[in-house]
Parts: sequence; C-alpha cells; structure tokens
Amino acid sequence: MRGEVIEIVREMPAATVPRAPKDTTDTKENVAGMDEAKVKATDEVATEAESTVEVDAAGDDLSRSASERTAMPDGAISGEDKGDEQVDQEPSDVARAAYEHPFIVRLCHWINLVALFVMVGSGLQIFRAFPSFGAKIPQKDLLHWPKAFAIGGWLGGALQWHLTFMWIYMATGVLYLGYQILSGNYRQVLFTHRDVHGVWPMVRHYFFFGPRPQAREAYNPLQKQAYTSAIGLGVLSVATGFAVWKPVQFSWLAWMMGGFHYARIWHFAVMWAILFFVLGHLIMVILHGWNNFVSMLTGWKKDPEY
Amino acid sequence: MKEIGPRIDEKKFRQIGRRELLKLTPVLALGAFAIPSWQEGLLKKGLGFSDWAAARFFRPGHSAPTFDDADVAPFEKFPINGYDVEDPGVDLGNWTLTVSGEVKKPGEYKLSQVQALPLVRQNTRHVCVEGWDVIGRFGGARLSDFLKLVGADTTARFITLNCADDYYESLDMATALHPQTLLCYEMYDQPLTREHGAPLRLNIPTKVGYKQAKYLTDLKVTHVLDRVGYWEDQGYSWFYGL
Repeated sequence: MRGEVIEIVREMPAATVPRAPKDTTDTKENVAGMDEAKVKATDEVATEAESTVEVDAAGDDLSRSASERTAMPDGAISGEDKGDEQVDQEPSDVARAAYEHPFIVRLCHWINLVALFVMVGSGLQIFRAFPSFGAKIPQKDLLHWPKAFAIGGWLGGALQWHLTFMWIYMATGVLYLGYQILSGNYRQVLFTHRDVHGVWPMVRHYFFFGPRPQAREAYNPLQKQAYTSAIGLGVLSVATGFAVWKPVQFSWLAWMMGGFHYARIWHFAVMWAILFFVLGHLIMVILHGWNNFVSMLTGWKKDPEY
Repeated sequence: MKEIGPRIDEKKFRQIGRRELLKLTPVLALGAFAIPSWQEGLLKKGLGFSDWAAARFFRPGHSAPTFDDADVAPFEKFPINGYDVEDPGVDLGNWTLTVSGEVKKPGEYKLSQVQALPLVRQNTRHVCVEGWDVIGRFGGARLSDFLKLVGADTTARFITLNCADDYYESLDMATALHPQTLLCYEMYDQPLTREHGAPLRLNIPTKVGYKQAKYLTDLKVTHVLDRVGYWEDQGYSWFYGL
C-alpha cells in the first residue's frame, strides 16, 4: 500500500449524469496491491455501502462489475478520456494523495519522539552530576547545563527516567528497523551509492539558492542521507550507552570505543549529533508545509511533489 | 510519473485520514508518565526492570578489565567520597567484623584473620555513578575465600553490610562470589587510610562505586533483603553491575 496514489475529488453536485458502464481502459493496471475497486464520486456511489469504497480493503469490490473499474492512463487528469459523462467535472477539484508512511513507521516516529526527548533531557541531568570529561581531581567542568532544561531534577531521578525510557527507545528502534527491513519499505529511505550524486543539487537548492531538482520519489537524496544517518546515530546512541552502563559486561564494546572514559565522551557527542539532526529535521518539516506534516500522522500526503 | 490510481471523494479521504490518525492512539499511553501520582510507581517499575535485565547480563566468569601500574592514577588523585563524614572515627585497635546470618561460624572476626587469607592485588577502574572514573590499586582477600572461612551458605541470595558511618549496602551472592570482589584492606600496597575506609572496605570492580562500602562493621549472609542500601533507598539502582 505504501506508494499508492489516489485521486480525491470534492463531492459531485447532484446534477451529475449517472454513467453507463464503461469498458475497462486499455492502459496498465494499478500498481501491485491495489486490486480493490475504487468508486467514482457519483450519486450512485454515495448511496453504496461503505465497504465498497474501502481504500485498503483486501478483496475486490463485489458490488461493482469489472467493467466499471478503470485504471487511469499515465498522467491523465480527470476529464480527459472519459467521454461525455465527465464533461461537468472540473479538473481543479481533483487532488492527488500518496500513501507515504506505513502505520508502524508513524507509530515508531511518535513514540520515539517522546522517548528521545526524555532520553536527552534525563541524559543532560545525569551529565550535570559530573559535567566534565576529565579527571575528578582536579575537576574542570566542560559546560554548565541548566537544570531547567533537564529532566529528573537530580541524578537519582534522572537515572530512573533514563533507565526506564531506554527500553522504550530501544524496543521502538528494533520494531522500526525490523519492519523496514522485512517489509522492504527501507528502500524508499535508505541512502545508497546511487543517491550520492543527488546530494549536492539538494544542498545547493536548500542553502545556496540553487534550482529545485525535480522530485522523482518520496525521499530526495539529501533526505535519504539525513534519515539514514539519523538511524545510524540512534544505533550508536544505544551502543555507546551500553558501553557506559555496563563497561565490564560489554568490555569488548567499551574497548572499541577506547574504554569507559571515552565511551562516555562518545555517548555525549552522539547525543549532540542527534540533536543537530533533529534541528534540521524540524526546520525542514516547518518549511515543507502542512500536507507534508500531516503525512506523518495519517500516512497520506496530499499533493505530493512527484 | 506515478500511475494515478483510483479515485475517492474528499469526505472519504478525510475519514481515512481520521482513521489512520486514530490508529496512533497507543502513543498516548506514554502520557501515563506525565501523571504525577503515577510517575513514581512507573519509574520504580522501570528501574526494577532495568535491574532485572542488568542481573541477566552479569557473567560470573567474566572479569573487569585490569590495568598496568603505569595507568593507575596517583594516590592523591583518587577521590575520597562518602555520604556523611570522611572519617567516622573507627577504633582501629579494637575493630572487628561482626558476621551473622546463614553461616556456620558467626561471631567477631579480627582483621588479622582476613589478612591471613590469600592476598589479591588488582589495578581496576572505579566508576562513580556521577560519571567520573579513576583507576586505582587495591589489595585484600577474596570475599569468596572469607565466606568459605565463616562457613557461609552460598546458596543464600544476599550479603548485607553495615558501616561505621551508618552507611549500609547489600550484594547479590553471584557478585559476592566473583573472584575480583575483595574484602579490601590495602590501597596502593599500604593499609587503608581512614578516609578511604579503614580498616576494611569492599572493592568490587564489577559494581558501581557506591556499592563498595567503606568502614565495614557487620556482614550478614541472608535469603531475604531486609535492608537494601543507602543510595538505593534514595531511588538509585540496587544491582548496578558495570
């Protein structure tokens, strides 16, 4: 269902002429997974039972004969190729929507938004207990992080939040990765060598007033790079976290990072990298408008750029 | 250019959108943590789960890293940490360790009896819950050897300890029996100084600093944890194995 594109029309005025059954058009069938029939917005349709217009129904629409299912030809806008019945319909009343984000992706996104917020907040409170990466004697603090921007109130409280939410954070990450891999959905967002050449044009467009490259897919190369990196950073935050939490039982992991003392530095650095990503992400979300934002809530993006 | 698929009306689209949005309501479950009266209980459960998982990660045969003498911090740079006073005024001349509980030979034990057991010296990393760490040099008898000496029932689950400064702690038996867990009476090859816990403290490289109690006065082997630990009672983790 991901990648499915539909058209949305406003409700047809009552004067619409009911159509005679059409021949199925000659063009390609819908993309795989869309074998159910979608009904045009006619009066007839409006009185049909709900089940006949389920977007994600598994089976065929039994109340509609096969001849009434149509596949739109490539690039056709409404009104064309329809013959006389559609002459009243205005093309401007039709919008398109693409199903971009499957349920599990959205679920994990919003859960880990909360979990990450708690991890960062409580992590900073933990940091406040020894805001240094040097020796205890003499202690030289790196930076003073205000208590007001931390979660937990004190070291003990912060550890409770951190050691509780880390399980939520990890479980959600595993669910997300598992789903992406097993469903194949990772393909739309994973940064590969094929995307490398597309990064600079996007950077030039966003930051240096370059022309807007044509959108061909749900995620542009720069986005793919950002989101792939973000997942990598998430994994690193867990790995460095384990090295800090259990430097003896995970001594091999800690050793790879230079030992407990350095693992703590990496853990802190990875947090800042993630925060940098979050900042960029929020700016991009704001810049790309309401429909784009809503797609992470409902899965559907109205008026996709591609 | 994507194939344009079927077509639905706007009302239907909004319905679909609403339904998809409603599917996300499980996320609101996280809001339970924002309810003040539920918060403490939820966090306690979370910490308890973490402790349970931490105990699963413990490997009795796995040693904490040890270090060369060159890596050991100078004695003056080994921080002195306590919760109350640095020197609780232990009467070193008359000190004994009171042993009780599931042991065949309870009673008062002198320091010389501990010192008679095989001496183990180790350069290990001390990690404080605050986040700092320091590599130090410790010496003492294996707690497992001492437990043998007193005829302890090692199927009991816990060791509880009291200290001269009214600090108190407890250990899981698996950690107590670990070869690097010491009844420590030396630091840097010298007898413990008062500030560092004289005459006897715990040195447990597989545990966080606050579990390594100083100025020990009592040791009990028990099936039941009646007194957990000073910092645990403030809300810190009990197991805190490194």
